[in-house]
Amino acid sequence: MSIFAFAAQTIRIAVPYLFAAAGGTLAERSGIISLTLEGFMLTGAFCAALGSYYGGNSWVGVACGMGGGLVFGLLHGVVTIRYRADQVVSGVAINLLAIGVTRFFLHLAFGSSSNSPRVPGFSTVVRGEGMLAGMLPDPLIALGLFAVPAVAWAIYRTPFGLRVRAVGEFPQAAESVGVHVARVRYVAVALSGVLAALGGTYLALDQHQFTDNMSAGRGYIALAAMIFGNWDPVRGGLACLLFAAAETLQIQLQGTQAIPSQFVQMIPYVLTIVALAGMVGKSTPPAALGKSD
Amino acid sequence: MNAERGSGVGTGDSADAHGQSPSPSAVVSMYGIEKRFGAVQANRGASLEVAAGEIHALVGENGAGKSTLMHILSGLLAPDAGTVRVDGTTVTGWSTSDAIRAGVGMVHQHFMLVPTLTIADNVVLGREPRRGMAMDVARAQRDVTEVATRYGFSIDARRRVGDLSVGEAQRVEILKALFRGAQILILDEPTAVLSPPEVQELWRVLRALRDGGGTIILITHKLDEVIEISDRITVMRHGQTVARMDTPTATPADIARAMVGRDVLLTVGHPSSGAGRVHGPEASVRSAAPRLTVVDLEVAGAHHERRVHGVSFTVAGGEIVGIAGVEGNGQTELVEAIAGLRAARAGRILLGGRDITTLPVRDRASLGLAHVPEDRHRRGLVLDYSVADNLILGRQHAFVSHLGLDRARIAQNARARIEQFDIRPTDPSLPARALSGGNQQKIVVAREMGGEFTVLLAAQPTRGVDVGAIEFIHAQLRASRDAGKAILLVSAELSEVLALADRVGVMSGGRLVALLSRDAATMDVLGLWMTGAAPPAAGAA
Amino acid sequence: MDALRERVADTLLPPVVALLVALVAGDVLILSVGQSPVEVYALLLRGTWGNAYGFGQVLYKTTTLICTGLCVSVGLRAGLFNIGGEGQLAAGGFAAALAGLALPASTPAPLGILVCTAAAVIAGGITGWVPGVLRARFGAHEVITTIMLNFIILALLNWAISSADGGALRVPETLHTRAIRAGALPRFGDLIPAFHGSAANLSLLIALIAAAAAWWYFFRTRAGYDLRAVGLQPDAAEYGGVNVGAVWVRAMTISAALAGLGGINFVLGYKHYYEDGFATGAGFLGIAVALVGRNTPLGVGLASLFFATLSQGGLAINALVPKTMVDVLQGVVILAVAASAPEVRRVLRRRKRIATA
Repeated sequence: MSIFAFAAQTIRIAVPYLFAAAGGTLAERSGIISLTLEGFMLTGAFCAALGSYYGGNSWVGVACGMGGGLVFGLLHGVVTIRYRADQVVSGVAINLLAIGVTRFFLHLAFGSSSNSPRVPGFSTVVRGEGMLAGMLPDPLIALGLFAVPAVAWAIYRTPFGLRVRAVGEFPQAAESVGVHVARVRYVAVALSGVLAALGGTYLALDQHQFTDNMSAGRGYIALAAMIFGNWDPVRGGLACLLFAAAETLQIQLQGTQAIPSQFVQMIPYVLTIVALAGMVGKSTPPAALGKSD
Repeated sequence: MNAERGSGVGTGDSADAHGQSPSPSAVVSMYGIEKRFGAVQANRGASLEVAAGEIHALVGENGAGKSTLMHILSGLLAPDAGTVRVDGTTVTGWSTSDAIRAGVGMVHQHFMLVPTLTIADNVVLGREPRRGMAMDVARAQRDVTEVATRYGFSIDARRRVGDLSVGEAQRVEILKALFRGAQILILDEPTAVLSPPEVQELWRVLRALRDGGGTIILITHKLDEVIEISDRITVMRHGQTVARMDTPTATPADIARAMVGRDVLLTVGHPSSGAGRVHGPEASVRSAAPRLTVVDLEVAGAHHERRVHGVSFTVAGGEIVGIAGVEGNGQTELVEAIAGLRAARAGRILLGGRDITTLPVRDRASLGLAHVPEDRHRRGLVLDYSVADNLILGRQHAFVSHLGLDRARIAQNARARIEQFDIRPTDPSLPARALSGGNQQKIVVAREMGGEFTVLLAAQPTRGVDVGAIEFIHAQLRASRDAGKAILLVSAELSEVLALADRVGVMSGGRLVALLSRDAATMDVLGLWMTGAAPPAAGAA
Repeated sequence: MDALRERVADTLLPPVVALLVALVAGDVLILSVGQSPVEVYALLLRGTWGNAYGFGQVLYKTTTLICTGLCVSVGLRAGLFNIGGEGQLAAGGFAAALAGLALPASTPAPLGILVCTAAAVIAGGITGWVPGVLRARFGAHEVITTIMLNFIILALLNWAISSADGGALRVPETLHTRAIRAGALPRFGDLIPAFHGSAANLSLLIALIAAAAAWWYFFRTRAGYDLRAVGLQPDAAEYGGVNVGAVWVRAMTISAALAGLGGINFVLGYKHYYEDGFATGAGFLGIAVALVGRNTPLGVGLASLFFATLSQGGLAINALVPKTMVDVLQGVVILAVAASAPEVRRVLRRRKRIATA
């Protein structure tokens, strides 16, 4: 396999991670825990398939996917910000709800419990030998690669980003200078919903269909990448690429029995625990993360 | 009340709640301010008048209501009654942003700074300069540097606040207010966290601000500072304004007397002569061997800073040693280190001759150490546990049978303690949360003093409790002392220390700066030690 | 008396609110597919509590949920959020199967059951001890470590089962082990003919004993006293001589051991082998059970029964409404409990303030 093919494959696998990790970083930097990425992504995938199918156009799918993520993001926001529910509980509930809602409406819309019919999508790539250039027709790949620097720019270079960082570290200080803490958090968590849903949208449109539980834990890998990247969007993005490269390697090695695939699958999780335990460098979550009051 | 108003050339007694016209030069006038928090009346008809272009010291003991009054002025709190005027306009009950817009800025005791952000980011937060959609970081740094230079601060706006020294961080706080156009700057205990050179730097900055036409209100309880920096003084006690003075004509003794409200003992000699009597504490020491011995104890705070410096003392059986001092001078850390809740960085702690410096809490307790902690809501009680369960906290190992907790004995213990210490209501199954503050404290006292102990650490034992409970707890402490127990009493209430202690120590800046016999420890003398007016080296024991 | 009434309201109101919200959400979903809510709910009840088989299936599902619900409760009582129940449950099931395979077929039934159950509990406990130590010693937050360990454990088990080609462990071409030789628990159907065919088995009794033991541990032992104190006010616990870190490790270990215990329901009681993926969903549902059950063992039991009914009821109503409706309702219930619990407390406090003012 050529280095280009390897890179192309890695990027394709990384796109959903990049979207979700970028979104998760934004929400967590504002102090809202992002266990929800998995649910956002699943919702995004389903809404995208739905929109693409009924709209007959993949761009309608993109819009619907983003809309689904927005709704779920705001739901998480209302429950944790307005009602001050525990953010972990809300995150778990959002993920369960996403599974339930997508299954229910999958059945309702397409009469199936496993997958949607074929929907319009972007990808026209020849697999396997597909070169980097083969990815150009899918704008979501470019957008995914762009999401990381965009979120980095938003966090470090805009007034909104400054407020996000202040609110996630020391909300009282932000409040004392007139920053609306709740408003900043709503925007951040809504954007995280949209971004993670774009990751799901990519999955659905790339495969031209929605399948049950399509996100399949990718949201948690993105969460792991975000933590491994120490809540920095760029480092989180690099972690996404690292995890995706490991997966690519695993796919290449399949059948060779060199390393059992399960051990490659574990890499993101093991690395994250090691990072979180402070065994490599220092792991510093936003100081006000998860504190609803 | 028996206020010593206008012992200087004050602007007249306006403390009556009529809210008559302020003097024309006053930029801030507050009249008849009332503020209540639950059972605590923080301000009762307090008043304040500050003239433009002066440094005004607002002094008083802890809990006198200074910070509350200033939070009302800065818009953080709304008063229950009274009038606030700024620049002649009535602004009672305004918001923080209103206050900021009108040029009133407050520098809080606990900095409102985001440690992970740069100085420039912290200063411009909420009013960031923009360029298109982006934040104009370069301009933010330029603007902040410019304002800093204008007021004579030398700072690098790109540094992270978390890397700054406390003094530098405080300057950033001041800068934040100035950047927002503050003309009236309120500083809450600004020197509490500063080293002497940093204090001098702060004075330089404040004088420059005043000379530039700014008005400064300084909350403090340190007399030397008041004398050194202020132009005029307002003294508060028990939520009321009790005196106004012009600094040049006020003496430390006048201010101290007004602060602690020693009308009765005004005949006691001048404090400076009192300070000469600090030696000779041995006079009143009981004959018994020391039950608690602390030797060269050093304790670190949360950020590895030294909070207790080389403190040594002993407490004998049948003796109450009181530790007075303004809160935050190491008393909390001292008590927690003795109790085993905080590691000692150096030094030794002995309980009846046995070294307990590294023993865990539970072992210290079983060796006879009892502890009434200063914060019953955080440490002393599990608020959702029943009264009965709280009455065994720390002694839970003694209440087990072969199948687990011995409910019968726990109930029996509860009944006995409730009766003996008159805890009300008498239902042992109520959650501690449901009881009044006084009765909650009685639970703690009953638990710690009702069982076997040889040494008691009593930290703020009567804080926030009603008068009846105070008397009761004081009687219990005296009874224990008379029964031969050794008691270390730490209290921010001077009157409490004086009422109970056989010897009185004063902590200041983490050191035990004085240890006096009860006879030598008059309110005036202690007030001076506490406020840092006495030379720190003079009376260390 | 007022304090008591307040505590009752604080405990019961959130689940009640959640049930009402779920009922409304359910109505909306049912109406959206053009069915009558009354009919659907009636069918749901008939298919679960209306016949012995359905009820047996409810009891079977209740058993696992009691274990994962207790798992989450023990953690929450100590102020820790163990959301790794799924992996811990799977580890317990796998260990039980291994033990059942290792024992000779001639092992006396009680001994076999005891050994296999102990294996499940111990394996579960180990998977909880790890995040406990990570929290107490290294400050790694248990929410993240338990999620990550979930994936690690599931991947390890998947490797263990799929790499053991043929041989003694696995049935070829499947992802499940061979049938255990010892340790099988009798099903209710073997004892009461009406339950015939349902998966309910004696694990339920063991789970109920575990719930009773948990109650005893929480409220009647010194260790439980310490554990609850750590969960409510760590500073007060520390003041009371409790080693907070040690309690964290202990709580996580017990919590995960309870989840591991749940593994016997499927392995020893139902299929008599370990199958990859049997634990899916039960771990997260344990969070719902603990929340709705307000962290009391009795509440956990009742909430388990409720969620098991919902889950089994989904199959019963599938002809009228997609069974996935119950997946939606599960999410709605958790969200509603989570959102209403702080709100109820705030309203109660406010009313109290007004009353005392």
